[in-house]
Amino acid sequence: MKKVMMGNHALSYGAKLARSQVIAAYPITPQTQVVELLSEMCADGTLDAKFIKVESEHSAMAACIGASVAGARTFTATSSQGLALMHEMLHWASGGRHPVVMGNINRSMAPGWSIWTDQNDSLSERDTGWMQYYCASNQEVVDTVIQAFKVSEALMIPAMVILDAFALSHTYEVVEVPDQAPVDAYLPPFKPPIRLTPDDPRAFGGLTGSEHYMELRYRLQKDMEKAPALIEETGREYEKTFGRNLGLVDPYRCDDAEFIFVTSGTAGYTARVAVDELREGGVKAGNLRIKVFRPFPFARVREVLGKVKRAAVVDRNCSYGAHGIFYQEVKSAIYGEAGMPPVFGFIAGLGGRDITVDAFKEVAAHALAKDRADENIVWIGVKT
Amino acid sequence: MSTEIKKQKKMTLTIPADEPMACGHLACQGCGATLAMRYMLKALGQRTALCIPACCWAVIDGPYPYSSLDVPIYHCAFETAASTATGVKAGLEMVGDKETTVVAWAGDGGTFDIGLQALSGAAERNEDIIYVCYDNEAYMNTGIQRSSATPYGAWTTTTPVKHFKTRPKKDIVSIMAAHRIPYIATASVSHPEDFVKKMKKAKGIKGTRFFHVYAPCPTGWKSRPEDSIKLARMAVQNAYFPLFEVEDGENYAINLKLKDKKPVDDYLRLQGRFRHLTDVQIAAVQAEVDARWERLLKLAG
Repeated sequence: MKKVMMGNHALSYGAKLARSQVIAAYPITPQTQVVELLSEMCADGTLDAKFIKVESEHSAMAACIGASVAGARTFTATSSQGLALMHEMLHWASGGRHPVVMGNINRSMAPGWSIWTDQNDSLSERDTGWMQYYCASNQEVVDTVIQAFKVSEALMIPAMVILDAFALSHTYEVVEVPDQAPVDAYLPPFKPPIRLTPDDPRAFGGLTGSEHYMELRYRLQKDMEKAPALIEETGREYEKTFGRNLGLVDPYRCDDAEFIFVTSGTAGYTARVAVDELREGGVKAGNLRIKVFRPFPFARVREVLGKVKRAAVVDRNCSYGAHGIFYQEVKSAIYGEAGMPPVFGFIAGLGGRDITVDAFKEVAAHALAKDRADENIVWIGVKT
Repeated sequence: MSTEIKKQKKMTLTIPADEPMACGHLACQGCGATLAMRYMLKALGQRTALCIPACCWAVIDGPYPYSSLDVPIYHCAFETAASTATGVKAGLEMVGDKETTVVAWAGDGGTFDIGLQALSGAAERNEDIIYVCYDNEAYMNTGIQRSSATPYGAWTTTTPVKHFKTRPKKDIVSIMAAHRIPYIATASVSHPEDFVKKMKKAKGIKGTRFFHVYAPCPTGWKSRPEDSIKLARMAVQNAYFPLFEVEDGENYAINLKLKDKKPVDDYLRLQGRFRHLTDVQIAAVQAEVDARWERLLKLAG
């Protein structure tokens, strides 16, 4: 069934189709419609779930963790300050191996107060052991929530499905809403190998000495290393039923490209327009949209970059004192590999400033004019 | 057997013989919190799930699989006992287990201080959990730092004798009563029958139930381990920690009426943490305890 819906409602439909059993959430702009629709679905019985209206995001994640260890499929959604408040519990969810799936609407961190998009909220959670999927369309949001549960529950690792504030969260698009029966076939009920029950009394997460702790984290990393292949495999499986592939990256006109943008989120679709226009002007351009940031798709990035003459990473975030965060990751993916192009880094679109087609053209002009990147990161569209 | 003996009132044992808590725990000698767990589990039985945040009990049960408890435990973050328990209850119900009693079991720091927001949220929503605060009146697991449950006059490592705590203990029961939850009780390890009876009563009630349990801590109170029960009993008898219940936030009932209320002096003198108090300061403690008791008598009608 086709429906016109906003990105936030795409998250709600994804959570509903996945048959989430416990939802615990706290409101924050621009996430509110996600939980408003889910609470309606719970109230009218179209979704058989318990909705816990907690008093903070910290408690939201704590409640999700409790529900998950009890054996329930669990969903929440937040943004920005709310995600930051959850930080402690993000480590708890991944360290405890609770496959919670969470929608995060990328919103800039205060101060100054901003409700508009950039990625510093979710990228500040880079090292918490969560998978991160950056979406660029409402269709991708619905599909990815369903896939994220499948991958997370197989690996017992939580996941964030991330979308840009307003550019996606409040933008209406046509979405093909999958039927429930094939979703059920694709995503069977959550059956964790062990759970919290008096029938099998175990203690979870107790004091762990230095003789065991490192092995727990090693296993988390080893399972995270399995994730790229599993995401691609479940993406292909999804395509067989639903006709849409869900991969790690989304290359656009990269096959014969000499210069590519590397992007994430909705900016990736703007980049496509810039690519088309640059090609009309004789530049063989392409765009590599990185959809999955954790696990980082090292092999896929190398594959594409190995075929181009130069690349420009456009980051809607900044690791202050260093560079854009995707830029750092891309460089680490190709470091020491033969035949890799020079890579240039740019920061654009913080605090919801538009990353326009012209901004991409400015990026291209800068990157094509030099042989190597500047020591300091280049800012696009900033008043200096 | 003589008729005289037959006529004698038979002693009835009200505490279940079941022991969901085994020996081999890691608590200090004379730990009140350990006895509190034992009595609670005797009352609630094995179909119980515990959420334990950072507190002494995060260590006392021992590392899995050597846990001293025969019930499942989720070790949760410091401030999340109430919110984690809320999630566990919801999750269990969604997978078809509507029977298990879910307990948030936290110390005074995790309840009065860092966990108060989550507790208030759960209580306001009337989540179907039992929240037990075992109160040893300071952050004992981290090494005796003051909490908002630390009473006036007490030494702790962050309230040294020269700068002891001069503010009274936070009134957690009144805070919880203001949430109008169905059931609140105070309990003490010195009065196990009362403790178990009220815990059994709580098990039969739906909604948020809150227990404030007095749990002497020889390590932090600088008292003798063998005096723990004595101290707990004295605190009940001198109204330092009276035993009472509050139903629906307003119906107060005192469980142990004090016809002959004892002075607090002897109680304070048995503990090194109060050693520095002058007679004037002890009189101030007495006045505060008396005022609280009078208020409770009024509330209980």
